[in-house]
Parts: sequence; C-alpha cells; structure tokens
Amino acid sequence: MADAPDMMQVNNVSKAFGEDWEREMVIENLSLKIRRNQLTAIVGPSGCGKSTVVNLLAGFEKPDSGQILLDGRPVTGPSKDTLVVFQETALMPWLTTYQNVTFGPKLRGDIPRDQLKEAADSIIETVGLKEFRDKYPLQLSGGMQRRAELARALINQPLVMIMDEPFRGLDAMTRQLMQEFYMRLCEQEARTNVFVTSELEEAIILADSLVVLSNRPATVREVVQIDLPRPRNLEMLSSSQAYEYKRHAMEMLHEEALKSFKGVGSSSDFLESYSRRP
Amino acid sequence: MSNQGVSGHAPTGFQYFLYKTWKSLKTPMPYLAFAGIGLWLLTYFLLNEYWKIFPFFKIPGPVEVITEWLSRDPIWGTSLFTEDYYINIWVSCRRVIIGFALATVLGVPLGLFMGWSKKFKDYTFPVLETLRPIPILAWVPLAIVMFSGFETPIIYLATLASFFVTALNTMLGVESIDESYFRAAGCLGSKKRHVFINVVVPGSLPFIFTGLQISIGVAWFSLVAAEMISGDYGLGYMIMASYMVNKYTTMVMAMLTLGLVGWITSAMVRAAGNRMMRWRAKALGQGGV
Repeated sequence: MADAPDMMQVNNVSKAFGEDWEREMVIENLSLKIRRNQLTAIVGPSGCGKSTVVNLLAGFEKPDSGQILLDGRPVTGPSKDTLVVFQETALMPWLTTYQNVTFGPKLRGDIPRDQLKEAADSIIETVGLKEFRDKYPLQLSGGMQRRAELARALINQPLVMIMDEPFRGLDAMTRQLMQEFYMRLCEQEARTNVFVTSELEEAIILADSLVVLSNRPATVREVVQIDLPRPRNLEMLSSSQAYEYKRHAMEMLHEEALKSFKGVGSSSDFLESYSRRP
Repeated sequence: MSNQGVSGHAPTGFQYFLYKTWKSLKTPMPYLAFAGIGLWLLTYFLLNEYWKIFPFFKIPGPVEVITEWLSRDPIWGTSLFTEDYYINIWVSCRRVIIGFALATVLGVPLGLFMGWSKKFKDYTFPVLETLRPIPILAWVPLAIVMFSGFETPIIYLATLASFFVTALNTMLGVESIDESYFRAAGCLGSKKRHVFINVVVPGSLPFIFTGLQISIGVAWFSLVAAEMISGDYGLGYMIMASYMVNKYTTMVMAMLTLGLVGWITSAMVRAAGNRMMRWRAKALGQGGV
C-alpha cells in the first residue's frame, strides 16, 4: 500500500492571517502526505492551527504559498471530493435525516432518483438511524446527529473524508461508542480519511499514521506510523505498544505546548511566576 | 434515546386541533388568561364605575361599553348588531391584508438578497436606513399628495411601514445563519442558486416570521393613524369619528375591537410560521433528547 501514489500532497504550504502590519503566520512550510485508503490522524497542541489545516485541505481557504494536490490535481475550492465532517454538527435543521443525507446527490444530480433512495436508506441503516429516517436533527441525540452527519458525507463517496474533531462535545460514553463505530466503518471499506483531533488516545486507536503538528506557526513535527493490529478495539489502548506511541507523542505535544508560554522555560517556572503575579 | 413517537399515528387536521385544545385545558395557560382578563376588567370597573376615581370616570366604563356592544338597539348607533360595525372591521382588515401582503412580497426578497449579497446590500442598505427612521405619520401628507382617494394612500402607508420591518428582519435572518451550513452546502457541491434556495431561504425563516409578526402589528398601527387623519371607513376612522361627536362608548368599543382583530391577525401569522417551521416546533416540543 505504501507504494500506491498518495491521495493528497501538501507541499510547503504557508498561511498567515491578520492585517498587513500584524500578520501572524498560522502555518509555515507544512508538508504532508495523505496516503490512499489510510486513516491519517492529525494532532497538535490547542490553537496550533488544526482548523486552518482542515480549511486548506477542504479548499475553503487558499494557501499563501505552496501547493495542495488532490489525486495529482491542485485543490481549487470546496467540493464533494474533499468532504468535511464538521466539529459541531452542520446538519440542516430544516431537513429530516433522509433529506439531509440525500442533500448533496440531489443537488448535484449525479445519482439517479431511484438509486438514490436505495443508497440513502442503506446508508442510514448502516449508521443505525433507520427508525429516525424522518426525524429532524433537533429531535436526535448528539451521537445520532454525528452518525447522520457521517451518513450525509459517506453517500457522496468522497475521495478524502476530512473529520474535523467530529466527536467533540459528546459525553464520554457516546464518544467511546462513536469511536468504536467509526473504527469498524473504516475497517469495512477502504477509504481515505483525515481525522483531526485534540485527543491523543482517539488519534492513536483510529490512525494508520499520526501526524504531530508543532506549535504555531504549525508545521509537521513528526509522522508516527501506528502499527497496532487490525481489526482494532478500544482495549488495545492499554497495550504496551499503544502506551509507547502515546508517551512519545505526548512528549512532543508537551514540548510544543510549552512554547506558547513565551519566555518561560518549563511548566514549573510558569506556575511559579503565575503564583507571584500581582 | 427511546423510540417513543416513532410508531403510532400522529393526529392530523381537526383531530390534531382538538387534541391540542384538550391538552392545553390541562395546563394553567387558559385559566390564567381568563383570570388575567377578568382581573383587568374588574380593575377597570372599580376605577371607572364603582369608585369613580379621577381621571378614569371621564371615559365610559366596561359595563356601559359591553352593554352597548351587545345591544340590539344601541344608544350611539353602533354595536354587534349593526351593519356599519362590520363594514368598518372589513375595510380595515382588507387594507391591512393588502398592505401586509405587498410588504411581504416586496420586503422578503429584498431582505434575502441584501443578506445574501454583500454588493447588493452596499447599494440598498443606506437608502433603506435613511428612509426607515422617518415616522409613518410624517409620510401622511406625502401619501395624500401622491395618491387620490382614501384607499390608496392608506394602503400605501400600511405597506411602507411593514415593508421596512420585514426587509430588515429578513436581512438579519440571512446574516444569522450559521456559517457551517454554507460550508456544508459548499462541500456537498451546491451551486450558488442551490445555496440560496436550500440554505438562505429556510435558514432565515425564523427571523422572517418574527419580522412578519412585528410587521403586521406595524401595519395596523400605521393604518389606524392614516385612517384617523384621512378616511371614510375603518376602525381608525370609527375611533376618530366617534370622538369628534362625543360618542365615547363607540370609541372605546372600536379600540377594543381593534385590539382583538390585531391579536387574531398576529396569531394567524404565528400559526402560519409554526406550520412552515415544523422542524423547529417539534424540536421545542420534545426538549433535549
């Protein structure tokens, strides 16, 4: 699989925001490969620019310099080939589950009507929402909303599915269930996924390769191949192998996070100066 | 995550109405409403007809007004049993309906485009914002100069007043739509006009209907103001005409009628809104699942 050409290539991308006189580099010389049919997890210290990476990959924003290629062609704007599953659910509240799922294909008109109904019903069943097919998003629980959102993305068969902290805001129990569900979904069908998260354990248990970003301006600190066996389960998190990945990544993240406390050598120094504040 | 409500038949139409009415009788709402109205009438009665306290005794009291209202042979010539009472109501209603409809047909699309296109807003918003603060009474002379007769200037004023409210609320409605819906639609491959029909219009409905409820109130307000100044029929005219000839009982009757009719029209707008936004009402009904 490693010799198959990469699905996405990010080459030396930089992006800055702000007015001319106070431009802040958010991303600097970021290079990254998204491998075909693999799950690439991206983690980084909070506020490092993960969301900007998502926006660039999805085509919502254009890089100031550098290049982003999807299947060999530059990304020009948002499209169904780089589909984003959003942090907070972005299901249209005025459409039922079924209407939400069929929203994309219906507007593009690329799936014939009779096939669409079948495809939608089968995908809604896959995510376990058969009985909630005709309910509105606000009538669904948080977990159901995320599954509906997944169904809406899956039916479009995107080349790359970009998950932007998709399970944030769920309670611990639901989050775990969603992780297991998503894990199985990925293992059943070959699909290229980018999974952006701030939860390290979630990243490790789901990913084939783990990209650790540096502090702002974000660049790739290290790419760790996660060789945990498949099929996976959440218990694997307590294996020594997973622990080793976690310890290593944690160390990097900790170092990067500390950089945001400018001029402070270590966390103990920071705490000390904090306690002596006026 | 219970499955209740998934199976079973939901009542429709009249059955649904009966079900809702029956349900509401089990809540304190209708009783509190009656108690509120009763208390208000009692206070009015005590101040006006029982204790006769200044300045309340100068106006007709509730017993006097209601007796006149229900009289087959009214002292001052107007009651539930005379034809001109209904002519006045009908004339005002017709004017408000025409004005409100015109304002909606013009104001909603204008607001939608203003919220949707920055360029269009840059063109139109300054004009709207200059004209909007001009009180509707200040438009009265202009309306009389512009249009002949009674009907057109009055409808013009009602339209104008509610048009501004509708356009502004619709625009704010579009601007209130969460960016993520636009992004999702962009991802899913929607063209611009698709986004307009499938995101902008439904997404701004809650604001549009809030606007329409205010706008029908404003339409009544400006209509009555116009009818009081120049008019041949209508509730505003009825108030002014009875005042001129010291028929205060008829005047209060017209005021109360105006209140009731206004209440009914905004309730109708509200009902239409709830019907068009069932995705919202259901959600509120179920609470957090």
